[in-house]
This record gives sequence, structure tokens and C-alpha cells, in this order.
Amino acid sequence: MIYWNSVGDFLAMGGYGFYVWGSFGVTALVMTIEPILVARQRKNTIARLKRQLRADARAENRSPAA
Amino acid sequence: MKDRFNLYRFASPATFYPLAGKMIPWFAAAAVVFGAAGLWLGMLVAPTDFQQGEGYRIIFIHVPASWMSMFIYLVMAFWAAIGLAFNTRLSGMMTQALAPTGALMAFLSLWTGALWGKPMWGTWWVWDARLTSELILLFLYIGYLALTAAIDDVRRADKAGALLLLVGVVNIPIIYFSVQWWNTLHQGSSVNLAKSSMAVTMLWGMLLMALCFWMYSIAIALARVRTIMLERERHADWARAELAGKQA
Repeated sequence: MIYWNSVGDFLAMGGYGFYVWGSFGVTALVMTIEPILVARQRKNTIARLKRQLRADARAENRSPAA
Repeated sequence: MKDRFNLYRFASPATFYPLAGKMIPWFAAAAVVFGAAGLWLGMLVAPTDFQQGEGYRIIFIHVPASWMSMFIYLVMAFWAAIGLAFNTRLSGMMTQALAPTGALMAFLSLWTGALWGKPMWGTWWVWDARLTSELILLFLYIGYLALTAAIDDVRRADKAGALLLLVGVVNIPIIYFSVQWWNTLHQGSSVNLAKSSMAVTMLWGMLLMALCFWMYSIAIALARVRTIMLERERHADWARAELAGKQA
């Protein structure tokens, strides 16, 4: 069922290894880094918004007239 | 009128935010499953191509990435039109969430295309219609992101971005039909509804990879739009409640 005879064959890709793995490697890299960046941005944004929320609450407590 | 009511309900961030949160793991899991199946078929089972040898296997990411780069743009243009016509808040958030992924897909399309072109055509790049219009698509994504980032007022940024997206949409049919309209180095479509030029395992491998790219794009865009929603709606009750519930 599997087309390849050996792992070496598979990695060599009939001489096109550089081009095939260069394509799949960069794609894998992009699809790994993008979710990490999105998750980090989410964490940072939530932390910043929470700080703002607390600062707003303190400001309201200090000047009840506002 | 019941349908319209429902539509508006899901367009409201307070409803969409938790729904999107529940859907993300499912789309991510589907991406992994489709990706594993597609790679299995495409990289391990599918036979070699009689013309291009093993180099043809780049097709399993080149075609899905190219399709997504065009489709994401169409979805963004759709949201842009909705936003301009009905002034909906969700539209700008959706386009903002989709743009980086669309840009990455356009980049992957060009990158894998260059790595495929070098061994097959003898060159990384030619200024032919298909390649040039795809490069313009990448610039449209980058231009949209730069333009909206440069305008401080969010609603004005959304409007300007929506206009850019709608003007740029003419580029999509140009990319799609370029191989028919002009004499180009790029080969014609590999997938044809009537008769495909590909072996069955190759075709299935590619369709599974396309599904993987779809699911990935949906999952990542939903994750991004949730953060954008929280930021833009921070003064709304639901966003305050959400933030108050999160650990610092």
C-alpha cells in the first residue's frame, strides 16, 4: 500500500527532496507559528484590558460624582 | 421574520463570542484529522507522476494554499460589502481576523510555487499572468493590513479597508482565469469536474489537504476574531463580564 521502498527513498523524493521538503517545511512552520502568535496576542490583550478595567474602577471609586 | 431575527442574533458579538469559542477545538481537530489523512495519501500512498517525478507532491500544499488565498479574499470582500451596506460591527472584525491568514496563504502559494517552478521550469519566478496576479493578491492583503493599522478611528479604518477590499476583488477572477486568458508558463487547472487529469489517490490526497487548510483557516480566524471582539467591545457588559471571569 505504501509507495516507498525505504525511508531514504521517501526523504530523497526522487531527487526533489530540497524542493518538496522546503515547501512542506515552511508550510508546517507557518502553521505552527501562526497559532502561537494568535494565542500570545490573546493573552497580552486580555491582560491589558483587565488592567484598564481595574484602573477605570479605581478612578470611579475616587470620584463618585463622575 | 424569524430567520432575520436569528441572523442578527448570531451577528451580535455577545452571541458570537462564546459560540466561536466552542467551535474552535472542533475545527482545529478536523484540520489535524484531514491533514493526517491527506498527508498519508499524498505523501505515502499516491504513486509518482510520470512527467514530474516526485516533485509533483508539492501540489498537495500548493493548490490548497492557493485556493485558500483566493477564497479568504472573497470572504473578506463579502464582509466588506455587508459592512459598507449595513454598517455592521462584526464585518470589520471578521476582515481584520481573516487578513493575516489570507496573506500567509498567498505567501505559501508563492513560496511553494517558486520551489516547484525551479526544478520544473528552471526558474524560481517569472512575471507571467498567474504568478504576477497572485503576488498582487499578497500585496492587497498587506495593503489592507497596513491601511487599517494606519487609521486610528476603528470605524473609519474599517470603511477604508472595506473599500480597498472591494476594489481589489477584480484581481480574483484574473488569478483564477489567467491560465485560460493568457499564454502562461503556469499549467492549467489540475482538477476538472468532468474529467480530472490526476490519479484517484492524488485527487483524494489533494482534496483532503484542501479540507485541512479550510479547517485550519476557520479555526485560526475564529480565534483571532474573539480577541478582536473583546478589545473592540470592552465597554459592553458581556465583555466586562468575560474579562472579570478571566484569571489575571
